[in-house]
Amino acid sequence: MNLRKYLKVYKKFLHTSLASELEYKTNILVDLITAILSLVGSIFLLSIFFQNSGYIGGWKFEQALIIQGIYTILNGITNTWFNPNLTEIVKHIREGTLDFVLLKPIDSQFFISLKKINPSGFLEIMLGFLLLFFCIRINQINLNLSFLTLSLITISCSICILYSLWFFISTTTIWFVKTWNATEVLRSFLYIGRFPLSSFSFSLRIFFSVFIPIAFITTIPSEVFLGLSVFWKILLEIIVATIFLINSRKFWLFALKFYSSASS
Amino acid sequence: MVKNIIDVKNLSKSFDISSKEPGLKGTIKHFFRRQTKSLKVIKDISFEIKEGEIVGFLGANGAGKTTILKMLCGLIYPSEGSILVSGYLPFRRKENFLKNITLIMGQKQQLIWDLPPIESFYLNASIYDLDKFEAKKRIKKLSEMLEIDEELFIPVRKLSLGQRMKSELLAALIHEPNILFLDEPTLGLDINAQRNLRKFLQKYNNETNATICLTSHYMKDITSLCKRVICVHEGAISYDGKLDLLLKKLSPVKEILIVCRTEEDAIKLENSGFTVKNKIKNEITIKIENNSITSSLKTILNNFDIEDLFINEPPIDEVIGKVLIKKDYVI
Repeated sequence: MNLRKYLKVYKKFLHTSLASELEYKTNILVDLITAILSLVGSIFLLSIFFQNSGYIGGWKFEQALIIQGIYTILNGITNTWFNPNLTEIVKHIREGTLDFVLLKPIDSQFFISLKKINPSGFLEIMLGFLLLFFCIRINQINLNLSFLTLSLITISCSICILYSLWFFISTTTIWFVKTWNATEVLRSFLYIGRFPLSSFSFSLRIFFSVFIPIAFITTIPSEVFLGLSVFWKILLEIIVATIFLINSRKFWLFALKFYSSASS
Repeated sequence: MVKNIIDVKNLSKSFDISSKEPGLKGTIKHFFRRQTKSLKVIKDISFEIKEGEIVGFLGANGAGKTTILKMLCGLIYPSEGSILVSGYLPFRRKENFLKNITLIMGQKQQLIWDLPPIESFYLNASIYDLDKFEAKKRIKKLSEMLEIDEELFIPVRKLSLGQRMKSELLAALIHEPNILFLDEPTLGLDINAQRNLRKFLQKYNNETNATICLTSHYMKDITSLCKRVICVHEGAISYDGKLDLLLKKLSPVKEILIVCRTEEDAIKLENSGFTVKNKIKNEITIKIENNSITSSLKTILNNFDIEDLFINEPPIDEVIGKVLIKKDYVI
């Protein structure tokens, strides 16, 4: 793979999608306001849950805010990259415009995963980080190199798992043609990731760890922040993320053999 | 000797197609127990295309023309048979193969809708690993050939269909491909835009010796660009050869309207042994076989007092239409 070429193309992707989005100023403004209100609403909701008892699933409100911060960052990444690109896969396949992607001398997964960006998602990412810094202060977390490295690794793994899950569902469009609902269900499950895994019943915990690994997406990075995480959990998240990423790639290449293009 | 650039042998393609009965009952049945059957859309076809050739694929809707094009450019895996395009197996979509080809579809677009076409051109240039200087040079050259200038800087959504199609062509040709697959490129364009597009394609072929495979329902596209046509009927090739030969074969007779000086001359001509289609006063329409037109006209001009005459070519759409519905036109 020619890294220089891919960087150059990505720079063009950034340029063209920013230019496209900036054509509609009001839309960006509405998106930015929505991002702020969504975060305020989520924190308010969380505070209601903690009003009667100081703990949920063994987590204090201040600790649960870390999960909210990580969720906000992931949601920002979802809105910036996954939502504009991965929902387009369905459109590409239904309308047959995937033909143009497949005939370009560039990796098709790279192209369809990164072609667009939604700049308003950046605000959410920034808000998420601000919330995390706030949590670091109120939870008196020590910022050291191992803490930062582990946080970065676990958050990156969370992004990989989320991307792979979404990409996997979108890829099934090649057979099922319409999978909007499935990606919406995935987004709904992601909302669950705003709460500590231990606040759910045993069966739900198993479900959200094994079948739809939401637990890996927010809870493990949050545990790293609080120094509660154990080594095997971090290792497990790395393994899960790697397996998901590799399989999403293999699944895409396999699915393309069944692509029949839309009729003209 | 000109080498073959496309080599297709015993190619077949089957699709699983589901069918649904009408009405609510049919919809419910279709939802729970979807019945699919394998449909062979391309049936054991073989052909070769030489470098620099412009070949028209003719066929009715659903005949399989687009499926053939999509297999040639590597979008669809063939079920049986082999395809070699420029020495590559298309469905492997190797980088060097993709840099050699392009696909243009009249009904689909790759340009970024909200931005001027120039942005899409530079994006494509980076995908094809062209530097800015080279990209600029090629955009300038192609835009001159296509006669577009200001349109390059207007958002695509505000361009007319003709301007958009020209921009689509430029975006698809920026990497200077050797093989062009065009699927109904003039669809929906007005007569002038169609003519300009054809002019451009002919010029591009002359200048670059690119091979062009074209499907179109506009016969003018085929007659003005393609010397050779491949007729596809229900997934099989019903004719592969020169277009003029096909036209002669399909339409062996020409109609000639003769205006005689007097009605008596017309009566004399009517009784002279020619096949008469009709006669109105001093005007008579006769049918003459293509291979005896010169000698017959000589006889008529020498023996009758003729005021004027018109040779009527049968409408090409009508002639080609015959080949699209019959399978056994093999010359």
